[in-house]
Order: sequence, then C-alpha cells, then structure tokens
Amino acid sequence: MDQEKDKNKPGEFNRRDILKGLAAIPAFGLIGYGLFKEIGELKASRINLLGQDDSIIPKGAPLVLQGETIRLGIVGCGGRSRYLLKALGFLHPERIDEYAGWARTNKYWKEYMEEFFAQDNLNVRITAICDVFDKNARLGVEIGANLYRNGRGGAMDTIPKRYQTYQELCASPEVDAVIIGTPDHLHVPVALEAARNGKHVYCEKPLSWTVEETFEVRQVVKDSGIVFQLGHQGRQTDSYQVARSLINRDVIGKISLIEVCTNRNDPNGAWVYDIDPEASPDTIDWKQFIGPAPWHEFSLERFFRWRCWWDYSTGLSGDLFTHEYDALNQILDLGIPHSAMASGGIYFYKDGRTVPDILNMAFEYPDRDFTLLYSATLASEKKRGKVIMGHDAYMELDETLLIMADPKSTRYAEQIEKGIIEPHKPLFSYVPGQDRVDAITSPTEKYFAERGLLYTFRDGKTYDTSHLHLREWLNCIRKGDGSQPSCDIDQSFEEAMTAHMGTISYHEGRRVYWDAASEKIV
Amino acid sequence: MEYSKGKLISLVALRLVIGWHFFYEGMVKVLNPAWTAKAYLLDSGGFAKPFFEWIAFNPSLLAVSDFVNAWALTLVGFFLLLGWWVRPAAIAGMLLLGMYYLSHPPFPGIEYLFPIDGNYFIIDKTMVELVALGVMLSFPTAHIIGLERLFKKTKPSLQ
Repeated sequence: MDQEKDKNKPGEFNRRDILKGLAAIPAFGLIGYGLFKEIGELKASRINLLGQDDSIIPKGAPLVLQGETIRLGIVGCGGRSRYLLKALGFLHPERIDEYAGWARTNKYWKEYMEEFFAQDNLNVRITAICDVFDKNARLGVEIGANLYRNGRGGAMDTIPKRYQTYQELCASPEVDAVIIGTPDHLHVPVALEAARNGKHVYCEKPLSWTVEETFEVRQVVKDSGIVFQLGHQGRQTDSYQVARSLINRDVIGKISLIEVCTNRNDPNGAWVYDIDPEASPDTIDWKQFIGPAPWHEFSLERFFRWRCWWDYSTGLSGDLFTHEYDALNQILDLGIPHSAMASGGIYFYKDGRTVPDILNMAFEYPDRDFTLLYSATLASEKKRGKVIMGHDAYMELDETLLIMADPKSTRYAEQIEKGIIEPHKPLFSYVPGQDRVDAITSPTEKYFAERGLLYTFRDGKTYDTSHLHLREWLNCIRKGDGSQPSCDIDQSFEEAMTAHMGTISYHEGRRVYWDAASEKIV
Repeated sequence: MEYSKGKLISLVALRLVIGWHFFYEGMVKVLNPAWTAKAYLLDSGGFAKPFFEWIAFNPSLLAVSDFVNAWALTLVGFFLLLGWWVRPAAIAGMLLLGMYYLSHPPFPGIEYLFPIDGNYFIIDKTMVELVALGVMLSFPTAHIIGLERLFKKTKPSLQ
C-alpha cells in the first residue's frame, strides 16, 4: 500500500512527501498557459479595435428639467396618441385596474405596470383634447384627467376640455404645446395651426403628406421659433447612438450598401384595423376627418384603415420606411438622396386599398458612394435585418447591435489570419443594458443579441424610448433658449422629402432626382 | 482511510479534474474585467427564476454576485488542485453548483436561449459534478496526495 510506505515522523518531510504534497503544481503551469492564450486574444482584440474606451455607450437618461408645468393639447386621440399619453405618465383608470389584474398572474403585465409606475414624472398636464370620433375624444379626456396614475375611484386632476376642431384647440390659451397623432394628411395642417399660434409641436411621423406642404411647414415652424420634434422615438435607441460612434471610428470600413426592410405578415401590420362598433356618421365628424383630402362618402373602412389609401396615407414609404430612414439619418447623416427609384404593387391585400403592400426602393448617394435599399412586404415575416455593409465588416442593427468582420476585409486581414478575429463570429456586440461594447462575444451574449431580447436600458433602468423622446422635447421647451431636440424640423424635412421621392417614383414609374440647389424633386 | 492504489488514483484524478475545471472557469472571469453573469442570470428558468432575475436587474447585487462567483470558483479550484482545505472548498463548490443548477434546472418544459450541449432530464452535468464533490467530502485524498500531507501529517491516517 502506498500509504504504508510512509515511515517518517510528523513534521519531517522526505522526498516522497514533497513530490506527493506538491503533485498538482505542474497543473497550474498548463492552466496558466491556457489562460494566457485565452485572455491574450481577448485583450489583443480589445486594444486593437476599440481600446478600453467605453465612452461610446450612452450613460443614464437625461434629467427632467424643472420648471413650469407644461400644458398639453392632444390632436387625434387614437391608438398612437394613447401610447404617447402612457409614455407621458397617463393611462386610463379602467386600463390601470385591468392591467393590475392581469399583472397578478402574468409576468409581462407585471413588468409593464412596474415600468409605468417607475416612469419619471415629466411635470405636464393634459388640458385639451380634440378628436373627430366621439369615443376617442372621451377616452382622451378620461386618460388626460388621470394625473396621479390611479385606478377607478381614485383621485383625478381637472378634466381636460374637449375641443371640436383643432383650430380651436390650437388657439386656446390653456395650451402650451400640441401633440399631433392624426392620420398623415392632417399632420401639416395641425402643425401649421399650432406653430402660428406659438404652440410647441410634437408631431407623429411622417412629417408631411404632400411635397408642397413640407416646404411650408418648415418655413412656418422656423419663423415661429417653436420647439419641434418629429415622433421618431428611435432617436433615443441606445444601439443607434453606439452605431454612430462605431462608424465614426471607421470600425466597418468603407460603406457601399445599406439594406433596410419591413417584414410584416398579419392584418394588423397591414393596417387592417378593427372597426369600432360605436363608430357611425353620428359619432364621427367626417368632414373634418376628410380635411385636405379629396371628398369621399362616409366610410368606416376608410376612417379606421386610413393607412390603406393615398387619400390620407403616405403608404409604406411614409409610414414604415421613414422609421428605417430616420435611424440611418441619425447614424450616418444621410440627408436627402441624389435619386430614388421605386417599384412594387398590391400583391397580397387585394382589399380595395390603393397603397402597395410590396414596395422596393433604391436611393442613391453618389457623393457618399453608397446605395440605400429598402424592401418591404406586408405578407411575410421572414426576418431581414437593418444592415450597413462596409468593406471590412457589416453592422446589423436592432435594439441590439452586431458587427461581423468580412472574411476579405483589408483592415482586419492580419487579425483574421492570426485567428484573433473569426469572420463568422461577431466582432462586436452591443446589448443594451450590458453597459459596454464587447469585442469577441461570449456565446450567451451572441444568443441574446441575435434574438433581439432585452430592452432599452440606461444605467440598469428600463426606459420607453417614446418617453425619452417626449422628455427631450419638453426639456427643450423648458430651456427656452432656442435649442431644438434631435428630430427637429430640418431632420424631419429630410425624412419627408426622401419618403416623397420614393412615392413619386412609384407613382410615375421612373427614377426621380433631388435638385439640391433649387430644392426640387425632378 | 486506506485506499488501494487504483482507488487512490481514481479519487485523486477526480479531485484534480474538478479542481482544474473550477480554477480555469474562475480565472477566466477574474482576468476579464468585462465579464458579468447578467445574461446568464436573465436566461434562468424554473421556480428560482425571479430570484436570479432580481440579482441581474440590481446593479450593485450583480456586481457583488459577479465578484463572489469569479473568486469563489477560482479559490475552490485552487484548493482542490493543491489539496489543501479540500473540505471547505468542496462544500463551497457544491453550493456554487447548486446555484447554477437551480438557475437552469433541466426540467421538461423549460427552454433556455443559452445552448445546451446535450440532452438532459432532471440530471445534468452540473448535478453530476455536484455529486462528485460529495464523493470528495467522503473520501479525502489531500493528506496523501496534496499539500495537506505536508501541513498536517496526522499519523493515524497514514497507517
């Protein structure tokens, strides 16, 4: 027996004791070698590509500036405006009771309510509501009174006043600023009325319905000096801000092609919304709904599914492409393209709509040497991402951000050859909430990143991007020093013109150009 | 406790491979300042999921948990390899593995985003390693092969 051979006394070591006592020491050498290799690779890639600089990650949410309570008027109080009201801290008391009930058994609703109650108080009051549909106006009034985030029977604030027309609302001395959540064809008429009355404007996207009114609204907004924000809440998305920093550091090399897509495949996504049983010619001010649009007999379909008709809508280009465009304009300062070419058709939803459900558009930027490609379908959910293709790497964007090296990259050729960079693995990933950009991603993060899980985080706190977008607008109003938020009227003008170029090309079946000198689409 | 040569070799080998595994896992985390268990914790499943998510969503708790996890793994591995303080190290190791098991229990009906390298039903490799550490507790070897042999050469065990 091994043990029995040991004959020496306690406290005295022989050679065998030493050998057996320190038997595992060589193992540390081997492990050390393994560690050295693994950490060395990680460090090399970090230092080469980004250094230790994590300054590109947005830190914290901007503070809520203190000041006078801002009194808001809401024009158009349908689904989108009610979402914005929630982002401002206003939910219908009945919804609060209902969601609280669901939250008891359902985790999604539990988190939803926790987030809602934790949302910072923006010090605003809803004083005015205007909607052409009585039910929407009533709901808006009831939501607007719920300043204290209570359920039924709880304390309420002063009830907002319902105005029959947006002109009356914009003229009201009870209103400091207006939120526009109407159909597309009414964005500019309401914005003009508000600006001329000196009311600040938060307008849902897209900015405009026609080319001509786009010039007018830009002029009037600038002349009036109001604070203007277009409702592209993607401006607040962390990963877009990180993407901008990374591209400015030339991480992906020369960009030649950008591809963005819309992939939807359900009636709701194709704008076939439910028709409310309370709706009728008696409860809807149809004439006001028509506004600048061509006259049409009363139609519930057109009222609720207005996005399907050019008469009120800007189609895929104005409604969905603008989201993609604005994200890229934020990252790359795109501006208005040199030319646009579009094609598509109504291939799936043959329900009487006039706007296409398949649309492909190519925008050329010869000054920048790249093409922006947009492809949309309302009849397939096959995931096609938002991809910026550079010579050295491509960047895929979502709430998360992934950069994959190109196997034929010039810049990374050496690292690829040495095996430090593996082209089929992410070079960087940014997952909001991790508070850092990772070089050489762990499998876990990769999985999270690829599946787009996780939320918009700032310093560990979840934020609704619409809330941050409204907050930015309100902060500019409170500053009162002429500062404008991130999606101001100039950015909005670029968004609208680009979308209109695509739409005009689709209608006319030809390539259209932007004459920058005379600011004309030709 | 007396072992035949074969038994001793098997037991020491078991101790060394577990120690190696712990030590390497720990050191990689210690040496990588950017490492965090956040994503792993958020991916947890089963009845203890709320507990692990609570840690993940609390920045100060997460920092403490990351620190303790990395260093505990390293030290457990270090002592198992060296053969010194094996008993407390094995107990600490079992606690760690117990936490990993509870955060990702391989029960039917629970799906994880994190890829799993095999097919498991109730028992997974974490559980196997946990039970193996239990064996380490019952069959000590550090006094024969390990630093304990040098530090406390207790005669009775050497008979």
